Amino acid sequence: MSPEKAQAYWKENISAILKLLAVWFIVSFGCGIIFMEQLNAIEIAGVKLGFWFAHQGAMYFFVILIFVYVKTMKNIDDKYGVHE
Amino acid sequence: MELQSLIYLFVGISFALYIGIALWAKAGSTKDFYVAGGGVHPVANGMATAADWMSAASFISLAGIISFMGSDGGAYLMGWTGGYVLLALLLAPYLRKFGKFTVPDFVGDRYYSSTARVVAVIAVIFVSFTYVAGQMRGVGIVFSRFLQVDVNTGVIIGMAIVFFYSVLGGMKGITYTQVAQYVVMIIAYLIPAIFLSLQVTDTFLPQLGIFGQTTFAFDDGVRVIPEGTYLLHALDTAVADLGFREYTEPGSLWNMFLLTVALMLGTAGLPHVIVRFFTVPTVHDARISAGWALIFIAIMYTTISSVAAFSRVNLIKNVQNVEYKAFVNGELSHIDGTPNNGSWFKTWETGGLIAWNDKNGDGKIQYSKGDAFKGKPAFDGTNLGVNGERLTKNALPLANTGKIENELYVDNDIMVLANPEIANLPNWVIALIAAGALAAALSTAAGLLIVISAAISHDLLGQVVFRDKETGKSTLTEKSELMWARIAAVVAIMIAGYLGINPPGFVAQVVAFAFGLAAAAFFPTIMLGIFDKRMNKEGAITGILTGLIFTFGYIVYFVFLGGDKADYFLGINPTGIGTVGTILHLVVAFVVSRMTPPPPQEIQDLVERIRIPSGAGDAHDH
Repeated sequence: MSPEKAQAYWKENISAILKLLAVWFIVSFGCGIIFMEQLNAIEIAGVKLGFWFAHQGAMYFFVILIFVYVKTMKNIDDKYGVHE
Repeated sequence: MELQSLIYLFVGISFALYIGIALWAKAGSTKDFYVAGGGVHPVANGMATAADWMSAASFISLAGIISFMGSDGGAYLMGWTGGYVLLALLLAPYLRKFGKFTVPDFVGDRYYSSTARVVAVIAVIFVSFTYVAGQMRGVGIVFSRFLQVDVNTGVIIGMAIVFFYSVLGGMKGITYTQVAQYVVMIIAYLIPAIFLSLQVTDTFLPQLGIFGQTTFAFDDGVRVIPEGTYLLHALDTAVADLGFREYTEPGSLWNMFLLTVALMLGTAGLPHVIVRFFTVPTVHDARISAGWALIFIAIMYTTISSVAAFSRVNLIKNVQNVEYKAFVNGELSHIDGTPNNGSWFKTWETGGLIAWNDKNGDGKIQYSKGDAFKGKPAFDGTNLGVNGERLTKNALPLANTGKIENELYVDNDIMVLANPEIANLPNWVIALIAAGALAAALSTAAGLLIVISAAISHDLLGQVVFRDKETGKSTLTEKSELMWARIAAVVAIMIAGYLGINPPGFVAQVVAFAFGLAAAAFFPTIMLGIFDKRMNKEGAITGILTGLIFTFGYIVYFVFLGGDKADYFLGINPTGIGTVGTILHLVVAFVVSRMTPPPPQEIQDLVERIRIPSGAGDAHDH
């Protein structure tokens, strides 16, 4: 693999990771902590939204995030022909 | 069948299963012993990781902790799961591509330095021993509570079981035992949770139960909360009436933020979790395996949050203003006429997890904010009060200013352990909880012991002590290294058992300790090793030492040497200080590396190779 191609691969990899980490930060630290009180104004069946993110919601997003990451990386690996 | 026989039966069957697996999965090579031969299926690895990860504390204590913390308890739920996202995205695939056996392997090779390797070995051993001490204690406690044997005998039985399958089978043995242990653990946790959810909210899935409405009216001591109230509304009202902060009302968001960060970074940096991703065949498998691990963990963790809410409602409903004597004798009923049998109260009072101090002498239990007495219950021998309660010798606290004076002492652990009895579930469910709690403690203890033994035999002996100066290779043969690994595992079990029998008096703080140190020592150094090609050994060593010494010093000063809370740095609790340690580590490592020469070309090439998945091959020896 040429150094240029390796560099392009790494760049795409980093940008995918950063996007996913942004979502990771928003669903946990954002919705579950920083903006918890604002989100708590919204209530569904007695459950405040900010509370739900901190106690359950963030975890569901975490699981989805990892599987999106697996899929994204597989596509990038295939594109650059570096899969195993 | 009688409860005690059922417990022996369930625990006995599960132990026989673990030993059977150990005999089947005997390790034949160092590769088997350290990384289970590198051929574990990603789903099996995910399950094993979940069992490895969820400790006695997760199983027994976490629901109770959250039950009493309310909203802020989300820090534990998000922190202990969100770390897997970091692990999957930033560490696991690259470490798998690197393809060695241990965390010190990576640190030593990437930073081309035996010093870095030795520092990493010391940190691994320290973090893992603090953690394993708590597990062995947990094994002892479960034995003593459920099997009526002495705590110390319990620890020794636990040691014998772990000895058998980890020394014989190594990583290969524990991986497949952990798969079985996960199954035992999750069934034991879910069944009582589902029953509880049905009872409290008439909802099958505990995760949806918090959206449900109460199936009963109950008296919180100030007012009657009607049937059909949304669960969390009922809980908010009840705890507020008793003088607590509302259940869903956040406390200090700043400390919640820092604790969440520290737990996430610690999760991603714990050596016994990282090493699990060396056991799968490919880089792709390492990524997907982290996802499976998180699914298996989330099944339990999303349940924990609901169990916490249900059991707090149940506690208030069952004990508030009830006549002690009639309650424990099973003569009382709830408002709706269903029986309120308090025999569980007597059982766990005997075990020291709950206590009643009849301050106003009215013969009824009052529960509210404040302490029933100072500290943990110090029972006055077997002496009983006029109503038959165990008497305590503790000093009394100052009277609180609320409407009700609290008379109840409740240990966190009771929220899980007593649930089946409170909910009137059949005896086999209680037996299942005993087997589940043991599975949780043993699986984590075994994972930690393998990491300790590998750090000693592979890294310290193989790569430092018996290193050939000319070739740079280990002079140990495969066979003798495997023997050393087994000897190291035996010694580690002995020390863990000793710590379990003579706990250093800070088991409760161990969590903060292990996570803070793992966060500050490992996470940054591994991440920089992958993402910053310019990072060199000078930066790495100073970084690790800064993170370790700062975090260690802060926790020791404030937790063990009685430092004053008023002196907290920016008001940060010792539990969240790992976050600051990690930041210091990153800053110091970056600055020092830029002031010293770049790493040699072959190391830069190594980093390039780690970044690309193709050609991962097997986990290989040096």
